[in-house]
Amino acid sequence: MLCRPFFWIIAPVVGAFVVSPLIGNDVQLRESLALAAVYITLASNLNLMLGYAGYINFGSIVFFGLGGYICIWLVDSNHWPLAASLIATGIGVSALSLIFGFGILRLRGPFFALSTIGIVEGVQAFVENFKPWGGSSGIYISPEVFAPLGGPGPALWVIYFLLVAVMAASLYLSYGIKISKFGLGLLAIGQNEDAAAILGVPTPRYKALCYSASAFLPAIAGGLYFFKGAFIQPSDAFDLTLSTEAIVICMLGGQGTVTGVALGAYLYEELRGYLLVSSTFSNFQLVIAGALLLVIVLFFPSGLMGFIYSRFPRLQKVLE
Amino acid sequence: MFGIIASIIDGVLVGLVYGLAAMGLTLIWGVMDVINLTHGTMIVAGMMALYLISGALGISPYFTLPPILIGGFFVGVALYWIAVHRMMGRPPLMSLLSTFSVNLILVGLGTAVWGTALFNVEVSLPGLTIDRYTFPGPHILAAVLAAVIASLLYFFLHYTRLGKALRAVANNREAAELVGIPTTRVLAIAVGCGVALAGVSGMLIGTLFPFTILSGDGYQLKSFVVTVLGGFGNPVGALMGGVALGLLEGAVTPFVPVSWTLVIEFVLFVLVLIAFPGGVFARRGAL
Repeated sequence: MLCRPFFWIIAPVVGAFVVSPLIGNDVQLRESLALAAVYITLASNLNLMLGYAGYINFGSIVFFGLGGYICIWLVDSNHWPLAASLIATGIGVSALSLIFGFGILRLRGPFFALSTIGIVEGVQAFVENFKPWGGSSGIYISPEVFAPLGGPGPALWVIYFLLVAVMAASLYLSYGIKISKFGLGLLAIGQNEDAAAILGVPTPRYKALCYSASAFLPAIAGGLYFFKGAFIQPSDAFDLTLSTEAIVICMLGGQGTVTGVALGAYLYEELRGYLLVSSTFSNFQLVIAGALLLVIVLFFPSGLMGFIYSRFPRLQKVLE
Repeated sequence: MFGIIASIIDGVLVGLVYGLAAMGLTLIWGVMDVINLTHGTMIVAGMMALYLISGALGISPYFTLPPILIGGFFVGVALYWIAVHRMMGRPPLMSLLSTFSVNLILVGLGTAVWGTALFNVEVSLPGLTIDRYTFPGPHILAAVLAAVIASLLYFFLHYTRLGKALRAVANNREAAELVGIPTTRVLAIAVGCGVALAGVSGMLIGTLFPFTILSGDGYQLKSFVVTVLGGFGNPVGALMGGVALGLLEGAVTPFVPVSWTLVIEFVLFVLVLIAFPGGVFARRGAL
């Protein structure tokens, strides 16, 4: 992995995320890059399912929301330090999704996609009725929890760097899986699941592992995201808009590519920032996301990277 | 004890309406292997049409049924040409994404115009009182209308030329084309019928319960559960599945908080799919 060029292409991108807001202490840039990092994390982990294994997960937001809840609950009620609760969050949500995964990944194709919608509804209903997590009114955390990180101001920087680290880990995870035997198995499942099974790919196990792997980093990102806001409630945590946007990003950049998804996430974040400012469009965010997705699905199913690959075939060797 | 039986009977009445909604979903599914993710929104569109038309004209809610049926058909045909036609012959996941994106557009427009306020349509119909329990009039009438429309669909599919053509296309599209059936037109009509059914069932549900623009998700999930219970692409099975779901809801409601029913239904959905991967009744050829 170390001697492949793509490994070294990711590094400067991550470096740019770290350095650029530090120049001139630009808080506004930091916030927009933090959101871009969240998008990249969600989209590249969704890409493990959507792009590699060919399974649409409409409910990737469950990982993010559950991660937020578990992390905030550990920090607030159990007084765990942030680092420990983040790691516990990631492992907990991954383990949970492995259990879900063995259940629902026996379903194939469209049925799996339908059941991911059901998982969102189910988890949200559970959280809304779960008293220790504040039911439908959610959990507020007191500003004191920021004290170990040096108060609220510096804490935001620490959280930002952690988000960028999670984003970098997502990109390397996507890339690492893509060049591994596991990844080849997933791509085979995406092409033709029956053929893959006949050739000896343990399809149910691979799918469940992929589902679980795609839960780990979004859960941590969710923990950081809601810790940053110091507040979590079910309607924010399981907001389907975010998992929808992750799908749009995957398709925009080009499903199954690492670069494309990162590029798509960044572009989408910029577009969204522009639209939210404009007064005409701010109410129509979903409409625009939907229209964008429809145009991509109808006319450019291979996305941005498909276009780039067809123009510059040589890049296919360098940009994964 | 009679309380539980009354609750179950009421559940079955509502279940017939769920069954009608699921027929719309399963018709499209059976004919062209496309899962219509705009289904929930089309149900809500029926509810909104009921609210707007009966509010504007001051007529009885039940007179909005014919315009919703016809309007829904044309919306469905438009949906076919926008989102489904280009997806024929592509991987099934692409049609899932294309209908999903149309759904996003519609939900986005709906929330931008009406927000997420709660709408309620007043229906005054005398109920049927037995002992201490009253079955609300709207529930009874909605169940009767759902049964009538479902049987009309059955007659359409089995005793008219167009319905037979539809079943032929569902059975084998290429063979149907070889014997001179204009498959594209038939597919468009199938989507039209599916959406019209969704709209009408939405209108009927609108007379029973208050609703918001976002209510569609829950009803869509119910339709999927019903479809899975009744077997894919099997409209009669869908009606039976609806009754089964209503039975379950009626039996469960007295004991469990309302917000859990959806979770129970979803667990049922997954369990049935795992136990019977092809649907409870395997699809036997045509619709």
